[in-house]
Amino acid sequence: MGTVYSKLRKPLVEGDKSLHDVTHDVCHSIEGKPSQLWWLGFLGSGLVTLMFVAVIGWLLYEGVGVWGLNKTVGWGFDITNFVFWVGIGHAGTLISAVLFLFRQKWRTSINRSAEAMTLFAVVCAGLFPLIHMGRLWIGWLWVAPYPNLRGPLWVNFRSPLLWDVFAISTYLTISAVFWYIGLIPDLAAVRDRAKHWARKLFYGTLSQGWNGSVRSWNHYETAYMIFAGLATPLVFSVHTIVSFDFATSVIPGWHTTIFPPYFVAGAVFSGFGMVLTLLLITRKTMKLEQYITLSHLENMGKVIILTGSLVGLAYGTEFFIAWYSGSLYEGYAFVNRATGPFAWSYWIMVSCNVLSPQVLWFKKLRRNPMVLFIMSIFVNIGMWFERFVIIVTSLHRDYLPSSWSYYHPTLIEILTLVGSFGLFFFLFFVFVRLMPAIAFGEVKGVMKMGQAHAVKHDPKPAVATAGGAEAEVAND
Amino acid sequence: MISRFFDLIFGRKPEEDNLFLGVFTDEDDVLEATKKCRDADFNFYDVFSPYAVHGLDRAMGLPFSKITWVTFLAGTMGCIIGFAGMTYVSWWDWPINIGGKSPFPFPAFVPVMFELTVLIGGLSTMLALFALCRIFPGKKARLLHPRVTDDRFVIAIEVDEDFDEAKCREFFEAHNVEEMKEVPSDYDALADQGGAA
Repeated sequence: MGTVYSKLRKPLVEGDKSLHDVTHDVCHSIEGKPSQLWWLGFLGSGLVTLMFVAVIGWLLYEGVGVWGLNKTVGWGFDITNFVFWVGIGHAGTLISAVLFLFRQKWRTSINRSAEAMTLFAVVCAGLFPLIHMGRLWIGWLWVAPYPNLRGPLWVNFRSPLLWDVFAISTYLTISAVFWYIGLIPDLAAVRDRAKHWARKLFYGTLSQGWNGSVRSWNHYETAYMIFAGLATPLVFSVHTIVSFDFATSVIPGWHTTIFPPYFVAGAVFSGFGMVLTLLLITRKTMKLEQYITLSHLENMGKVIILTGSLVGLAYGTEFFIAWYSGSLYEGYAFVNRATGPFAWSYWIMVSCNVLSPQVLWFKKLRRNPMVLFIMSIFVNIGMWFERFVIIVTSLHRDYLPSSWSYYHPTLIEILTLVGSFGLFFFLFFVFVRLMPAIAFGEVKGVMKMGQAHAVKHDPKPAVATAGGAEAEVAND
Repeated sequence: MISRFFDLIFGRKPEEDNLFLGVFTDEDDVLEATKKCRDADFNFYDVFSPYAVHGLDRAMGLPFSKITWVTFLAGTMGCIIGFAGMTYVSWWDWPINIGGKSPFPFPAFVPVMFELTVLIGGLSTMLALFALCRIFPGKKARLLHPRVTDDRFVIAIEVDEDFDEAKCREFFEAHNVEEMKEVPSDYDALADQGGAA
């Protein structure tokens, strides 16, 4: 049994694997010696992370003057990076929670690494609001009362910037919990394969004595569903609240009601772009092509074309409303975006985000890893520029022409952006070495997809499992 | 020690009866065999599977998990804590006029109330899950088959007065059982093999 395929559904995992094969294929990559490619990535990204620490140290020592911000453009690379990284994080939760609720079983091959990616992206994101103060050590005042002689001066709960503190920290915590809960059964399997005492101790402690009891699975499955239910509104709330940081101000170009859905669509778009980039590298270097199949890549491509179109629609709507509202300032802000001093960044954004995903209308291109990889890089670039355009072009020309200005990022700012990528990839390289990169416990649960339960359902099992009949249906 | 503590709270009786184990290699087999054992009124010690098999918990006759109540109550508490805290701070302790806004701006409280609902609800669910599954860092896993986290399914039946071994063997054999044996109540497959998996 197991070789009888349904004509309606293709199996999610290719290669007719047994349950043990799945455990072995995934665990093998974290049990043997790491490949040279892994060392290269680990050490390379580690060096960039060290550089990141150095530039942040320099910033804290010297003050925010080492950045190119001025009185007019008070937010530049710092908040651009923040919004960019938060957006990247959204794909992981979308894959793990939203697709779970919609019973999209193909998510099982990719959810683990997408969730890890979420976690690391939110870590990178959280750093930027902290360091953009220049005085990291007063970060605790975001939630605690400001010490002064008159008594507790509390934080302002009417401010979206404060809501953001709650949103980002909740998101980081819940994503970490969701990820860890999903890891426990897989870590138990790694523990039971371990030979060395140190591995037994490490995975034994993390898997907390999980032994596959169905009494536990009963609670586990319910809890997993609850986490998916909690994470789904959470993921939409996070980027909605990030967009409130802008939308509740009175800056032309920011003060628009379209921002929450526009930001959420953009976040999912950029997140899937980054998931594709990472998974295309992972599946190739760790030889997981039979788990992360072309169909998985194609599905992600479909999400990208959908969210990319939503983002394109939002660009158009913004322009239309700017004109239709009759507001002079609003109208100018948008004309200035497309034709002013920062027009170059606007057109990079449009071409990367609206034009490059159009290749995905063609099935042949959607199933071509090379095309997808190049497209995903364009999406990453485009979505970084989207945040840059929104933040910098709206700020650099405000109501008073006498205070108009331009913004030149300094070398330190550029190195900080590069450094955050270093940290992100460094954490990801550590992750693929220590943890099973594919949620094989969940993959095993969907292996029967597309395989008819022939023995169970057929009234005459002897006929269904006869060699001839089996060979006949196995070939389609 | 900690296990005993949880046992006291959740009232699982100390394991005394011997266990009759059936080891299976396919989820459909274990599901059908479990249903038959339940219909025959055997007492399940537990069933073990490497992944969540859909319907296996119901086949064993387990009720739906009550963990949803923990999430609901903790989430409600988080929401109330958020609301009460912000009301105290903005309206009671030091009302400040910020841009002429009300000292009790309820709509502005909603985002933080929501985040605290999710945060406290989620963390409590995690802790409740660990408590209900009786798992904690440092607990030693007791496996009834060395490959139960990999590719083997184990049905463990308590050998008590309801148990009929011949009938049980018949059920298991009808569903392609790989191995059957009776073991003492504190059996540990890993200790049995000298720790080697």
